[in-house]
Amino acid sequence: MSSNKKYWKSVEELNENSSVVETLQQKEFAEEIPVEDFLGDKENLGDSKTSRRDFLKYVGFSTAAASLAACEGPVVKSIPYVVQPERIVPGIANYYASTIADGFDFASVLVKTREGRPIKIENNDLSKFKGGANARVHASVLSLYDTKRVKRPMIEGRNVSWEEFDREVGTALENASGEIVLLTQTFASPSTSKLIQEFSSKYGNVRHVVYDTVSEDAALNAFQSKYGRRALPNYDFSKVKTVVGVGADFLADWQGGGYDAAFAKTRIPENGDMSRHIQFESNMSLTGANADKRVPLKPSQQKAVMSALRGYVAGGSSTSDLPASVDDAVVKAARQLRQAGSGAVVVCGIPDDEAQSWALEINEALGSRVMDTSNARVIRQGNAGEVAQLVEDMNNGSVGALLIAGLNPVHTLPNGKEFAEGLKQVETVVDFATRTDETSKLSKYVAATPHYLESWGDIQFSEKSFSLMQPTIRPLFDTRQFQDTLLRWSDNNSSYYEYIKETWSGGLGDRNWSEVLHDGVFEASSPVALPASANSGSSSVSFNMDEMEGEGFELTLYTNTAIGDGQQANNPWLQELPDPLSRASWDNYVTVSKADAEELGLENENVANGGLNGSYVNLSVGDTVVQNVPVYIMPGQAKGSVGLALGYGRKAGIQEEMQTGVNAYPLYKNFSSVQKVKIEKAAGVHEFACVQLHNTLMGRGDIIKETSLEIFNTKDAHVWNHVPEVSLDHQETPVTSPDVDIWESFDRSTGPHFNLSIDLNACTGCGACVIACHSENNVPVVGREEVRKSRDMHWLRIDRYFSSEDTFTNDLEKKENIGGLGSSLSEFGELEQPADNPQVVFQPVMCQHCNHAPCETVCPVAATSHGRQGQNQMIYNRCVGTRYCANNCPYKVRRFNWFNYAQNDEFDYHMNNDLGRMVLNPDVTVRSRGVMEKCSMCIQKTQKTILDAKREGRTIEDGEFQTACSAACDKGAMVFGDVNNEDSKILEKKNDDRMYHLLEYVGTKPNVMYQTKVRNTTEA
Amino acid sequence: MKKVIFRHSTSRQLLLSVAFLFTFTLSGFSQAQAAQDTTAQAEAGQETAAADAGGSGLGDPAAGKELFNSLCASCHKPYSNSIGPALNGVTDRRDMEWIHEWVKNSAALIASGDSEANEVYNEWGQTAMPAFPQLSNGDIDNILAYVEQPKPEPQAAAGGAAGEAGAAGGSGGVSTDVILGILVFVLAILLVVLFLVNKTLRNFADASGIVIPEKPKRKPIYKAFVENQFLVLVSSIFVLLAVGYFAYGWMMQVGVDKGYQPIQPIHYSHRIHAGDNQIECKYCHSSARTSKHSGIPSLNVCMNCHKSISEVAPETATEEYSKEFYDKEIAKLYDAAGWDPASRTYSGEEKPVKWVRIHNLPDFAYFNHSQHVTVAGIECQKCHGPIEEMEIVYQNAPLTMGWCINCHRETNIRIEGNEYYEKIHEELSKKYGVEELTAAQMGGLECGKCHY
Repeated sequence: MSSNKKYWKSVEELNENSSVVETLQQKEFAEEIPVEDFLGDKENLGDSKTSRRDFLKYVGFSTAAASLAACEGPVVKSIPYVVQPERIVPGIANYYASTIADGFDFASVLVKTREGRPIKIENNDLSKFKGGANARVHASVLSLYDTKRVKRPMIEGRNVSWEEFDREVGTALENASGEIVLLTQTFASPSTSKLIQEFSSKYGNVRHVVYDTVSEDAALNAFQSKYGRRALPNYDFSKVKTVVGVGADFLADWQGGGYDAAFAKTRIPENGDMSRHIQFESNMSLTGANADKRVPLKPSQQKAVMSALRGYVAGGSSTSDLPASVDDAVVKAARQLRQAGSGAVVVCGIPDDEAQSWALEINEALGSRVMDTSNARVIRQGNAGEVAQLVEDMNNGSVGALLIAGLNPVHTLPNGKEFAEGLKQVETVVDFATRTDETSKLSKYVAATPHYLESWGDIQFSEKSFSLMQPTIRPLFDTRQFQDTLLRWSDNNSSYYEYIKETWSGGLGDRNWSEVLHDGVFEASSPVALPASANSGSSSVSFNMDEMEGEGFELTLYTNTAIGDGQQANNPWLQELPDPLSRASWDNYVTVSKADAEELGLENENVANGGLNGSYVNLSVGDTVVQNVPVYIMPGQAKGSVGLALGYGRKAGIQEEMQTGVNAYPLYKNFSSVQKVKIEKAAGVHEFACVQLHNTLMGRGDIIKETSLEIFNTKDAHVWNHVPEVSLDHQETPVTSPDVDIWESFDRSTGPHFNLSIDLNACTGCGACVIACHSENNVPVVGREEVRKSRDMHWLRIDRYFSSEDTFTNDLEKKENIGGLGSSLSEFGELEQPADNPQVVFQPVMCQHCNHAPCETVCPVAATSHGRQGQNQMIYNRCVGTRYCANNCPYKVRRFNWFNYAQNDEFDYHMNNDLGRMVLNPDVTVRSRGVMEKCSMCIQKTQKTILDAKREGRTIEDGEFQTACSAACDKGAMVFGDVNNEDSKILEKKNDDRMYHLLEYVGTKPNVMYQTKVRNTTEA
Repeated sequence: MKKVIFRHSTSRQLLLSVAFLFTFTLSGFSQAQAAQDTTAQAEAGQETAAADAGGSGLGDPAAGKELFNSLCASCHKPYSNSIGPALNGVTDRRDMEWIHEWVKNSAALIASGDSEANEVYNEWGQTAMPAFPQLSNGDIDNILAYVEQPKPEPQAAAGGAAGEAGAAGGSGGVSTDVILGILVFVLAILLVVLFLVNKTLRNFADASGIVIPEKPKRKPIYKAFVENQFLVLVSSIFVLLAVGYFAYGWMMQVGVDKGYQPIQPIHYSHRIHAGDNQIECKYCHSSARTSKHSGIPSLNVCMNCHKSISEVAPETATEEYSKEFYDKEIAKLYDAAGWDPASRTYSGEEKPVKWVRIHNLPDFAYFNHSQHVTVAGIECQKCHGPIEEMEIVYQNAPLTMGWCINCHRETNIRIEGNEYYEKIHEELSKKYGVEELTAAQMGGLECGKCHY
């Protein structure tokens, strides 16, 4: 049977009279190829001096020459110092205590330097006030080597010398025809405050406005009206018995952050007791994900919860107009708070003066020892009212000169456009900037400022706790820090370093300067009063959420783990750090609940290559519209609410690859993080770079083991931490038994044997370990496209699982009860869908360093082998890239170098420029294309510890062995050590009842262990 | 018979001429030897004469030299300025009494307001000269006798002597060549003789009518070889094996730079420093004790000594490298460090030296000097070879993995007095049943110990 099918190559062919089709039938190419022009011209060919034979000769000769030249090895030059600094020994790292204070992140840190280059940020364990460094602080060392930094002072875009700059600005300030305004970040620095006072007294008409990009004004207002100082209460979360969080992401950036470390320690069950955490919130935040009980609520209802709580705890009222289920939760929370007595605390994160003052009131009524108002935090001093006033004044023309330091108001102000207009009215605008951002582009004078690792400073965390910032490298560019410049303009010839020393002379008590500088932190009382604006609340904006009722969604703007307020948007490590909850990187997106998404017709789907695609929406607040915002359907998002991260969408002074996401600041009206928003679906599909395709656990209790505190306390370990069994001669035998082991074990009893324990109770999923691992191990950045193809190179990932039923226990039950084909077809499908308000668990996974490693047996070239110390060693120079090992790894922790990520223009991140490569750790190989890599358990660090001990002829104490991740984990979730040391903490962890191994039934005998997650579900 | 006599006379002539040549060369050589001896004698005479002239009226220059070297040489040089002024001619400039007083306690002399003393003190940057109360006037006179010796003209004299010595050495070299030449000549003569004999014999045969039987033409050997297939097969296998063996050997040395001896921007002689002067390696390469790098010493380390050593002693010079050559290299150091030897100040104009790295381990191999130097107590020479004999440093070891591993297999770990090893050594040696553990048994063969 013949067919009449007609095959066609293009639509054109269907058109019978198409001239193109006819032409193409005659000729191969539609356009003439000018062969005749060249070959037809005999003269031209004859004139050519190179004959075909000559050409072949040249080719042959140059090939031969090239191959001959290749035989010669390269000549490597070594250039020693002319005068070697006393403390620098090539090959040995030096550590300096310093402090980051960029207006958003404040932390005391240790800076590791090699040959004078800072290469890593570590926690300063002497700092008792705040927890350790978060992911952004760990990544800040890479921002030092940012090629997009402003390299020298500029006037109207022209490079000038500092002398000229000082002269010009000096004259301009002298002749300023109006007020001089200093618009700065929160410096929280006594010396800077003093300096600004001196500057003010020189020029007379100076106003200092402090602006926090992400405002804590409501909390500041509440504290000020109650205690008379513009500050934030300090919380000692290590004393918590019960905490109720209402919209407060206190494990992340709430009120300056740094509370997670202390709180995590109360989460580890000890003597049958652990803290209880109840969270009322709209977005699925890191804090909510870690809560024992999470109640998703729209922001407007959160205020009602605060009100009800106040009634139940402090005020004596016993009713609320909340829905019954929520009311029940609030009643129970109140009861538990009262039971916990002084160990109870209520924290509130909604931008509402009233709600914030209720929180203070409730804590006082509870007699909470957790809240400390006597040593209040001063790391947020912004005053939204004054900023608004300033924008008004600028447009009025009453501002003669504006000095902007540490800020990018054109981008970050909700009324940035108005501010930009205002800038035109100001005669002299000086921007102290680290990059040519939106604001410095509009400023006449741009003063290049250094990174904090090149600067001096004294930082006041709270009324009694201080920290010093010291430079760890000579300024890379011709920069001068804001304070030094201000000193020069106040006719003070001393350097800022001398100025700080002078400020503190006599103020350090019985400690001297060098000692304090060595430790980095100290306790004292400030020799200088807080900035004037911190004490005058006259023009502060009041926050009120009562107008929330009505149509539309309630939007909660938040700062995410990676980018924060957006200062380090040009940092590729941070861009590629997956969000702990959505697991998407290189993006911000609006988080929508599943119910709302269905209603609006919004979709998320995984396409063939595994990548996640999402719809777009337009968000409008009032008449401000933000277009084409990708949608991520977030389990646990309160119905009727949406969330969006600030800090993205920066364009100016940012490398093209890093210009990601949408700018949410225009929606941040009146500095309120909660807005009424209209959502409308937009055309197009967004391609996410999301690293986790499957979000639920499918009832697989062998990956995450968890139980409730009650069961943990009352039942035997084998009930809630069951070791899998196999049948041996019809006897059920635990897989850990040597009888069912077909492997011959090596003897690891001598020397150190390393183990790593990860406590799922203490891990909050903050991602600090991931960045620490990047910077220690030279992990490359691969970019958005590659991440989307699941080719991310992270040696350490933090898996996040949502429960499909209300709890993971229910998941497990559901799976157990599946029987028959029909049931399994439908119910397994259901298990793939996360619940509306799921339980969440975070699980850091890196190479498990199996003693019986499946990867080792399949390598055809023995490129991966086992050491006596328990480490599974990956030898890059031996690897030929078969990837058998990755296939055979049950944990999927091996990463393959699909490309050369260093010195490759296709991957134009820090490893592609000389400046960025300065951050590389010289002790770790930079891997090349075609080899497999994975976590080495920081063998370079363990080897160094051993060598140090050998050299000093001593034994090694417990705690000396560390990996980058365990050292970065300020929560104590990761413990690393030698299990052959009988007094070690790691051995204690290994013998703990909660200990289990990932996929234990596979019998790989990993050297990484996990501690069962225990949830305190006990209701009062 | 006539013919026989004739031949005999030819050979005798040949023998005679050979003998003549021998005697001639030998006498020539002995003449050269004699000439050299006389120069040396003359030189010695000159030296003693100089010593006599200089020392007249002061003291014993030999005793003075000893004292000078132990007490004064760190700051003074006889003929050039150093930290203190040049001492030659001091007896003309100053009064003897004054010199005695100054040497014994210069501070007191300055304090007394002596104008001359103050002038010197101020001229030399108010650097106080330490007091030497232990020196007697006699001792001081001895020192003065030594420094007042007229500056020898060593350059010219030494140069001349060396030139002559060179010539003498050269003639020695030539003489062996001559002997060789003669031998070749004799061999050639013998060949000629053989040829002549052969020819004469054939002539005889011709003359006597003897016919030499023609040998039958044999098959050429190469044809026979090609026809024997078995032999061809075997030999080609051998050839292939041999080619494979040598190709493998050649390829295994690709990237192995044993013997790599680059020319450095400053000719730094380890022979002089580590060999002749016996400076401990780790005095300059101090970070080898604590760090993974041995460290190329920074120039300030060089200047510790070279601030006062601006030229080499004449004895340091060798045939290959003259004193001027070395002095020029020291000048290069001064230029790089920005040191002006005339004013004895640093100009601040530093030009870091771009040394050529000799030992280049690939990036994927981790090597730590302190592990080997401090913990294991291995001599630097074990890997770096006879560094104290190297005028120009070369790579002594192949630095291949096999070389590392071999050593780890053979070397016992050093546990004496190291608490770290106590327990682990006890347990492991019991396990392996040995007295002493090698580095390999300690885990020194694990891949991940050096590759990460």
